Amino acid sequence: MVKNENKREILEIMENIKKKIAINNLINSIFLIVGLLSTFIGLFVLFILFVDLFTDGYPRLSYKFFTSFPSRNPSEAGILSAWVGTFFLMIVTGIFSIPLGISAGIYLEEYAPKNWLTNIIEINIANLAGVPSIVYGLLALGVFVYFFKFGESILTGGLTLSLLILPMIIMATREAIRAIPDSIREASYAMGATKWQTVKWHILPYSIGGILTGIIIGLSRAIGETAPIITVGALTFIAFLPTSPLSGEFPFISFNWLFDPFTAMPIQIFNWVSRPQAEFHVNAAAAGIVLLIMTLIMNGLAIYIRHRFRKKIKW
Amino acid sequence: MENIEADVKNLNFYYGDNHVLKNNNLKIAKNKITALIGPSGCGKTTFLRCFNRMHDLYPNTRYEGEIILYPEEKNIISQEIDPIEVRMQISMVFQKPNPFPKSIYENVAYGLRVRGINKREMLDERVEKSLKSAVLWDEVKDLLDKPAFNLSGGQQQRLCIARALVTDPRILLFDEPTSALDPIATGRIEELMIKLKEEVTIIIVTHNMQQAARISDFTGFLYLGEIIEFSNTQQIFTVPKEKLTENYISGRFG
Repeated sequence: MVKNENKREILEIMENIKKKIAINNLINSIFLIVGLLSTFIGLFVLFILFVDLFTDGYPRLSYKFFTSFPSRNPSEAGILSAWVGTFFLMIVTGIFSIPLGISAGIYLEEYAPKNWLTNIIEINIANLAGVPSIVYGLLALGVFVYFFKFGESILTGGLTLSLLILPMIIMATREAIRAIPDSIREASYAMGATKWQTVKWHILPYSIGGILTGIIIGLSRAIGETAPIITVGALTFIAFLPTSPLSGEFPFISFNWLFDPFTAMPIQIFNWVSRPQAEFHVNAAAAGIVLLIMTLIMNGLAIYIRHRFRKKIKW
Repeated sequence: MENIEADVKNLNFYYGDNHVLKNNNLKIAKNKITALIGPSGCGKTTFLRCFNRMHDLYPNTRYEGEIILYPEEKNIISQEIDPIEVRMQISMVFQKPNPFPKSIYENVAYGLRVRGINKREMLDERVEKSLKSAVLWDEVKDLLDKPAFNLSGGQQQRLCIARALVTDPRILLFDEPTSALDPIATGRIEELMIKLKEEVTIIIVTHNMQQAARISDFTGFLYLGEIIEFSNTQQIFTVPKEKLTENYISGRFG
């Protein structure tokens, strides 16, 4: 008798468990559908955006579009000064933000003592990455334009964008460095290496993939930024190029271009979109395609670099 | 004890307020293998890492007492001595094989590069000599430019030994060098250590008592940060003086 009762109890429990499993499975499937839909909505919107941009702007894309200055006549207007401006801006941004960002990241990870001061610095760097870009523009207007008197120039624009992406590069550097196991550091120090030797032979080479990825993602963010460079006075209508950095006469290299006024891709787009004529909107879409492709190429490069270095280094 | 390489006198070590090593005294004999045994957490690795000042890499650590290196009678844990100077003479092999993600050649040559030696012939010669000392040369002589990670665990550990040997250290520290290896690889490393003691003084930390009994000349038993007993290996494993030592080696705790 006792045995039979036990058996019935077990059967009841099993029955309950089966019900529970069915409910859990149902909840699971519901989430699966919700997740799938969410993913598709995001992708779908993006896809529509691309298609819309391409159908609007594609007819306008031609060799001439890249080699013409902006013009009052929409069919003659091009993006020459815009992409050249963007190119020079990126050079200045890279020259300032890359060495500063990498050095700061290495200092914070490898050298800085762990105390309240470094904690505060770390928290603030994370905060800086979240500061709205227009605020950087205001800061740069005060510091670079009015205080240092760099003018409304490529130098000012590049420095502003450097400030903007500096925290991103610092954080990417730190993350890449943190992925290196301590056993590698200890092996290096145990051979009598100094900190700098360890950084030079191990820390930097093993983290360079992650650092490069961070740099490219930072630059591809900077390339599309509009607000801060409008604030520091990038012009919307520029029908000339900056002074060439190379010249035929001694000393062959000139830095005058740093102080030339400039425009950039996002500003050109912004300018064309705000015109009333529909033809200019087509130009804007075409320039949008160019900017989008620039960014996609940079991001693709970042993914490629990350993949390559990850394959080469194992712990 | 005939020839002394190092003399540990009243060694105390602290992690912050945590008193990890308590008043330890020990003599390390030249060209012998000294083993440190004891249960997990007894401080044997901490003890070993005093010899190459590894603790200096981390904050809130403090040494007291002396580790005197002979014949120059230099106290290597004195704050006046640069830890790098100590590490240039005392090499270490770690618990888990930790080759650099570089070629086999560059792994071994690293110690020389750190010392500013970059001449190719010199590097070639020393790298070959070291790999031969670590009994790895025959297996890797055609793979010198290949990544060290292609080697097996046991080979990687012998590579780390070659890396540690390349600068002709006086003392070689082993921190449980075989705990990540299979019995065959372990056997080869043990043979290697016995061969190496002709060239270098060896201190090894191991939780494997049989290993200590097989290879060491002297053994110290550590418990809760104190050296309970230290004498020649045969004596400690056959007629231990202390009850605690006897309980540990007979497997009653640990």
